[in-house]
Amino acid sequence: MDDARTRIVKRAARELADGMNINLGIGLPTLLAEYAGGLQGVMLQSENGLLGIGPYPQPGQESADLINAGKETVTAVPGASFFDSAESFAMIRGGHIDLAILGGMEVSEAGDLANWMVPGKLVKGMGGAMDLVNGAKRVVVMMEHVNKAVESKVRRECTLPLTGRQVVHRLITDLAVFDFTPAGMQLVELQEGVALEQVREQTEARFSLAI
Amino acid sequence: MGQKRELLSLVGVSVRDKVLDSFSGAVSDIADGATIAVGGFGLCGIPEKLIAALHEAGVRDLTAISNNCGVDDFGLGILLANRQLRKMVSSYVGENKIFEQQYLSGELEVELVPQGTLAERLRAGGAGIPAFYTATGVGTPIAEGRETRDFGGRTYLLEHALQADFALVKAWRGDPLGNLVYRDTARNFNPLAAMAGKVTIAEVEELVDVGELDPNQIHTSGIFVQRIIKGTDYAKRIERIVLAGARVS
Repeated sequence: MDDARTRIVKRAARELADGMNINLGIGLPTLLAEYAGGLQGVMLQSENGLLGIGPYPQPGQESADLINAGKETVTAVPGASFFDSAESFAMIRGGHIDLAILGGMEVSEAGDLANWMVPGKLVKGMGGAMDLVNGAKRVVVMMEHVNKAVESKVRRECTLPLTGRQVVHRLITDLAVFDFTPAGMQLVELQEGVALEQVREQTEARFSLAI
Repeated sequence: MGQKRELLSLVGVSVRDKVLDSFSGAVSDIADGATIAVGGFGLCGIPEKLIAALHEAGVRDLTAISNNCGVDDFGLGILLANRQLRKMVSSYVGENKIFEQQYLSGELEVELVPQGTLAERLRAGGAGIPAFYTATGVGTPIAEGRETRDFGGRTYLLEHALQADFALVKAWRGDPLGNLVYRDTARNFNPLAAMAGKVTIAEVEELVDVGELDPNQIHTSGIFVQRIIKGTDYAKRIERIVLAGARVS
């Protein structure tokens, strides 16, 4: 993993707290699972029907019947429960998940998120992302601040089709942490060694300072 | 056993009616153009024997309601490869090259539905609820031109129930009355597909006698299941084997 991604993961890990029920998205957020082990009473939810995701299985213990939403073999912790997909999304949509952490392609200054489709490329589907961003009590997005062409992914308006409108509570990038509040988008932290000037240069969105 | 049979005959249930012994017979009345709801998440908990039987039967122009579409050579992917599917109603379909080709050429129609909405639409279809409102998808491309309504200052999108001519589901254990028990995360969409099917066909790894399943532990009541059949030699493929100590990056 490169430096930028490591920084994002380390900062995002601090969003997890004792006692939370948490859904981690596919990709970068999945790496946060190992940080949950050090906390008390955290249950990780997998939208395919498991509350209480455990570590990856030991060789020989893997089961075709026990996978996570990324279709990887997993285990279940003591106290875990299994349920069908409608009940799983009742948990999500019904506000029973304390925290959802997702990857992003673009986030706007209003807290809109785009993370499921790029026009002109094959559309694979939104999976459970649209349900998660509208249902979880708190939605945190983790993503790199700029794309490969060094264009800001933190924008005034998303250019890509939305996953949800005004749904993001906190954005964590390799440069900074932002909150989306009734007063607008606020910069609340700079990542270590990052200057405010660099954040300003690489952010298209308008934000105020709350540090 | 004798006592149980007697009890069942009292209430007019013919115990063996739902049990079939051939997969080809189980799907023989699924005709061209039928809509099928299929359980499973990825390759987990898919009715692999019933899908294979449909492949063999060769019926065409099917509409499949299923969270995913298998992989190129397993699950619903084999129906795609055989050009038997006209339309997919799914939340995520990215694991399949043949899917990509047929979608881009316009051969295959795709309706993408958020995963939770798909599950609830199937549940509603089986529960006699014609439509419902959800915040999922509001303000996104899937809501364009569609009916919304505000409740308590928040906007919700109207979603219609889904029903299917046939539902194909997979359970771990079942009994001749069609009562089903699933295992671990292989439950997923199976109970919902079972509810939404006008005719629901269940395949099971173990078929036990009536009365052997603990009534407290049954996930799908037999009332939702019209046919049940025991499969053998399950492949139960795993899409991504990840073991302890592995670091995904």
